[in-house]
Amino acid sequence: MRGLAGNDLYHVWVYLQSGPQLGLVATLLVWQAATWLDRRTGHAAWSNPIMISIAALAVLLLATGTSYRAYFRGGQYVQFLLGPATVALAVPMYANFATMRRNLVPILVAVTAGSVTASVSAMLLAHGLGAPRDVVISMAPKSVTTPIAMGISQDLGGIPSLTAIFVLLTGVFGGLVCIPLFRLLRIVDRRAQGLAGGTGAHGLATARLLLASETAGAFGALAIGLNGLITAILVPFLVRWLGF
Amino acid sequence: MVGAITLLLVCQLLGTIIAHAAGWPIPGPVLGLVFLLALLVWRGGPSPALHETSGGLLRQLGLLFVPAGVGIVNELHVIRIDALAIAVAVPVSTLLALGVTGTLMQILTRGER
Repeated sequence: MRGLAGNDLYHVWVYLQSGPQLGLVATLLVWQAATWLDRRTGHAAWSNPIMISIAALAVLLLATGTSYRAYFRGGQYVQFLLGPATVALAVPMYANFATMRRNLVPILVAVTAGSVTASVSAMLLAHGLGAPRDVVISMAPKSVTTPIAMGISQDLGGIPSLTAIFVLLTGVFGGLVCIPLFRLLRIVDRRAQGLAGGTGAHGLATARLLLASETAGAFGALAIGLNGLITAILVPFLVRWLGF
Repeated sequence: MVGAITLLLVCQLLGTIIAHAAGWPIPGPVLGLVFLLALLVWRGGPSPALHETSGGLLRQLGLLFVPAGVGIVNELHVIRIDALAIAVAVPVSTLLALGVTGTLMQILTRGER
């Protein structure tokens, strides 16, 4: 009897692995748990729900011997929403449209310079330290918000999931260092702080700066969209120019 | 809500079609963002439904990154082999981008409010 029950369970497991439910439900449950933990710890610096969810699901896949392909049959439904979410960034950008128009030239110059600095320095350093082409390309859009960065990486022959990891590392690091760095460089203007955070380390630095100032948060949101746009347009040319 | 999602998806689809047809290396959703922004400027702002739907999507933006990030299980060897390159390139380029953008913006807007 027990053997039969075990056998049945095995069949259920195999059946579930071939469909989308397991990957989808696992993603949502782990995310719920990670955001609960984040609230409980009062949004502590180490408690990043994105990193924790990814680590927990990765360990789960490795421990159960589930392939990423099988997981992604469910994960793709969550990932699909990145497209409409990218389009939705137009709404917060519109909210800052008047401020943006007033400072249009400085904003465009500063974000373009930051975009080029981020991608060129990342590519040159990675290449100089021996990383192969696909890793170097995956590195190029790392300061851009994930949905846009993954699209750029995919189009240029990078590895989108590797780009997603680089984007996360950039955001976590940028969120930790942005305020001490601004103090060191005497960047005191809230608009400049927000624009730098959004350009250099997308939403995670912006979220950190928003705690200190609404203005910084608004300029951060603006910079996230603008930097995504500018990087998407410039990176293909920069890659060709650098010969990667 | 369905109307707002439809609008977002139509913008994305238009962006994808035009980017592909023109052979531009810009992701379709980014072009879709530009279309929606143009529409919002033309109409003078988002409808309450669009405001609510886009806010809901963007508040849970972190969740949408997770499935791609889990792809790290297939890239563990890359991360191990190129650990030094990654450990240097990511933080250094981030510091440079933060510093360059912030310094330039502060200099260029000095004296005005």
